[in-house]
Amino acid sequence: MQESRYTLTAIALHWGMALLLITLFAVGFYMHELPLSPWKLQIYSWHKWAGVTAFMLVLIRLGWRIAHRPPELPWSMPKMMQLGAHIGHAILYLLMIAIPLSGWLMSSAKGFQTVYFGVLPIPDLLEKNKELGDLLRTLHMSLNYLLAALVVGHAGAAIKHHLIDKDDVLARMLSWCAR
Amino acid sequence: MKNRVIAVLLGGMALTPLAQAAEFTSIQADKSSLSFVYKQMGVPVDGHFKKFNTQFTFDPAKPANAKASFDLDLASIDAGSEEANDEVAGKDWFNTKAFPKATFVSTGIKPLSTNRYEVSGKMTIKGRTQNIAAPFTFNPQGNAAIVDGAFVLKRADFAIGEGSWSDFGTVANEIQIKFHFLANAAK
Repeated sequence: MQESRYTLTAIALHWGMALLLITLFAVGFYMHELPLSPWKLQIYSWHKWAGVTAFMLVLIRLGWRIAHRPPELPWSMPKMMQLGAHIGHAILYLLMIAIPLSGWLMSSAKGFQTVYFGVLPIPDLLEKNKELGDLLRTLHMSLNYLLAALVVGHAGAAIKHHLIDKDDVLARMLSWCAR
Repeated sequence: MKNRVIAVLLGGMALTPLAQAAEFTSIQADKSSLSFVYKQMGVPVDGHFKKFNTQFTFDPAKPANAKASFDLDLASIDAGSEEANDEVAGKDWFNTKAFPKATFVSTGIKPLSTNRYEVSGKMTIKGRTQNIAAPFTFNPQGNAAIVDGAFVLKRADFAIGEGSWSDFGTVANEIQIKFHFLANAAK
């Protein structure tokens, strides 16, 4: 039977990751121009640890999504809009995977291994290489701006569904709000 | 300690008539390195010094007569990133304007086992002098020899990283120093 709303697990993962990714974005934006200080080293480490966590969460989320089919889009949506929504979601997932990967590779190329919570070393896939490090930094930032733009579009679309189309697209991602 | 040094001196003197091995008197700078590893937020970071002068007089048969010293140009540091290099030149770290060089002068070298020795001496960084000891291996290959050694330096002993950096939670106190020298025999 097709459920009309997302599972509680999917809802928790969606909003938990939304909060985590917005925080990561804001922290990343704030920290990258800081002068070197113990605070900078600490906040960089926390950013990396949170990024590794986000990467693991997105894998869990993808696994959950494959095992639990999300509810269908409303039949009233034009086919082209439905296709657009699916492509948008696919790119969101791709970016949620690519961004932590680019951050991890950048860290390796800049000569700083990522050690999860200072305890679990994550292997360096790349040797230290300044040019590559700078390139990956640009990539990590660009992918983040792209994700930020898509998230704004994603949230805008959800609000449009709720206020203009008056369908259940937003409500089914909110456990307390039934339409 | 003093007694041990005297014992080594006496031992060295007793061996003198038998010694045939070459005396090594110079270090080939382009085949030598002085590197270090420090831990930052639990992450090991590699660094090295590009400019240092080493004086080394060592005859494996007469370690008691051996002498080692070096002075290194602290501004020639590569601490892993450009911003770290700028930072460590500052007052909280090496204060290279006031203290451009770190120096080491040996007070004694004693044998530990075959091809293994320990050098003791006085290290001066940032106007502070401390006794240090470092084990090293000495592997002669004809007219050249490879010297490899390592020791742990505690940065707080030399006030390296003061102020906001004095907490070891971000940058650990223990710095692993590694030296690798190519020594040449006297011609």
